[in-house]
Amino acid sequence: MARVKGRVRKFGDNIDTDIIAPGPSLMLPVEEMKKHAFAPILPDFYKTVREGDILIAGNNFGCGSSREQATSVVKALGFQYVICESMAKIYLRNCVGLGVYPILAKGVSRIFKEGDEIEIDIEHGKVRNVRTGESASFEPLSGTPLEILESDGILNVLKKRIDQGKRASGKE
Amino acid sequence: MTIVEKILARASGRREVSPGNYVTAKIDVAMMPENFRMLRAILKGAGIREEDYRLWDPEKLVVVIDHRVPPADLAAAENQKLSRDIARTLQPKFFYDVFPGICHQVMVEKGHARPGELVVGADSHTTTYGALNTASTGIGASEMAYVLHTGELWFRVPETIRFEIDGKLADSVYSKDVILHIAGKYGTEVAQYKAIEWTGSVIDAMSIDGRLTMGNMSVELGAKFGLFRADQKTIDFVRARTDKPFEPVESDPDAAYAESYRISGSDIEPQVALPHNVGNAVKASEVKETKIDQAVIASCCHGRMEDIEIAVKMLRGKKVHPGVRFYVAPASWEVYKEAMQKGLLEQLMDAGVMIGNPSCGFCTGLQGVLAAGEKCIAATPRNFKGRMGSPNAEIYLASPATVTASAIKGKIVDPREVM
Repeated sequence: MARVKGRVRKFGDNIDTDIIAPGPSLMLPVEEMKKHAFAPILPDFYKTVREGDILIAGNNFGCGSSREQATSVVKALGFQYVICESMAKIYLRNCVGLGVYPILAKGVSRIFKEGDEIEIDIEHGKVRNVRTGESASFEPLSGTPLEILESDGILNVLKKRIDQGKRASGKE
Repeated sequence: MTIVEKILARASGRREVSPGNYVTAKIDVAMMPENFRMLRAILKGAGIREEDYRLWDPEKLVVVIDHRVPPADLAAAENQKLSRDIARTLQPKFFYDVFPGICHQVMVEKGHARPGELVVGADSHTTTYGALNTASTGIGASEMAYVLHTGELWFRVPETIRFEIDGKLADSVYSKDVILHIAGKYGTEVAQYKAIEWTGSVIDAMSIDGRLTMGNMSVELGAKFGLFRADQKTIDFVRARTDKPFEPVESDPDAAYAESYRISGSDIEPQVALPHNVGNAVKASEVKETKIDQAVIASCCHGRMEDIEIAVKMLRGKKVHPGVRFYVAPASWEVYKEAMQKGLLEQLMDAGVMIGNPSCGFCTGLQGVLAAGEKCIAATPRNFKGRMGSPNAEIYLASPATVTASAIKGKIVDPREVM
């Protein structure tokens, strides 16, 4: 499995869903909604995101609401990985459900600074700071969540199931 | 096995499960608030055609339109109309359109939350029904889209932690104070990815209304489920609301818990969670000179009869401070009607309280919005930055008693100062 490199975008602890996807933005199309992502603490954050950036946060990332938009905007901004010390459980499920890889790695808050270059080794469960050489370990996804992630989200699993059902009943 | 292990084992057709197992469980009831517009959009985005998408079982979906009620602007109105139209095409048997109230209260009042069952809802506070021995949890829209068609969902069987709250709560101390105390002492991740079992003499003595508040806020401790044993109170409550058979689930005497916490309920004092996190809970008596502009008792966390009765009792012979806007919004029209028939709403109004309609609005910045620099003390579940309006407003969480006392004094106080 390939290694991934990217620029670190660093957040603190308890980044809640009202910060990630503020209430007033929730009814906008996702390409508009993403302009409000993180706005309560970092207005215009979206303007500073480059392709391949990797999000790193502290404890309890995504706590709060079940609003899936809080994961959709992160994905729409181009983040394929969310790395944190710990993640709220609904947010974790929403990441898997939408095909964003959640990485829970103790110590990442300490070893990465905003703008550092990170290398992710999914196969061996390691994230490394390219600048300092420091690293942290994580448990790669396995089982059902990995299958969903590899399908790029639970709706693709659903579509496959519907298509298989149709084939089986000879409708197509 | 613990309560959640037994329910997930039953729902996944296994004799036994252990924490860490991945299971595919059959869902007993799915609850969906109004975001059907999003459901349509994500199905379309995944290339799933509407004619191929059916509800797995019309008897098992409960729809409650409650978030933007009544719609305050055109965008909300258009969204609601579209959501209503899409929900109808799915033909759910239980479709509560605007009227009965906030989804979690409606689920409980109408007998859709039953002991021993597995319920998912497209809202994080779905953990509320744990108070009735229901394994219930919140999920996102895509997972809900999967459930509505297939009737099943994957779960990683969570570890269970046990909180035993012993002793007896002092006067002016309520279930909200218990949960804020735990959030303050152990942090908002004490139950991350885990199920909680709430036990002890304080829980046994607690009303169903009080337990619903604790089930509701179990998610604020990170919990996937916040479960209570079904006692006679629970069984009587649910029996009065449904004819469906149900089977309460108890944990085995040798059930394995990841952690056990024993807390003396007698020592808990009234709590206030400072902005902008539920874990910032301190004793109300320790909050320094904090003037408030608004006070709120509302939401799926409160707004039940017990909460309204507390406010009425405390306001007897007193008035809301002239500098404070105090809103009380019952969680459902059933609660509203009962409070009205008992004359409670009139007493609140005479004391200077404004009565709001049942809706999620007061908690989520859709009604009673806060301007920059304003401070609000709220009997609601969350105090996140920007949640009730301006990111430069401050939300303090407390029990209905502490909220009412503060509304009377115009600043945050320990309710014993008013009693």
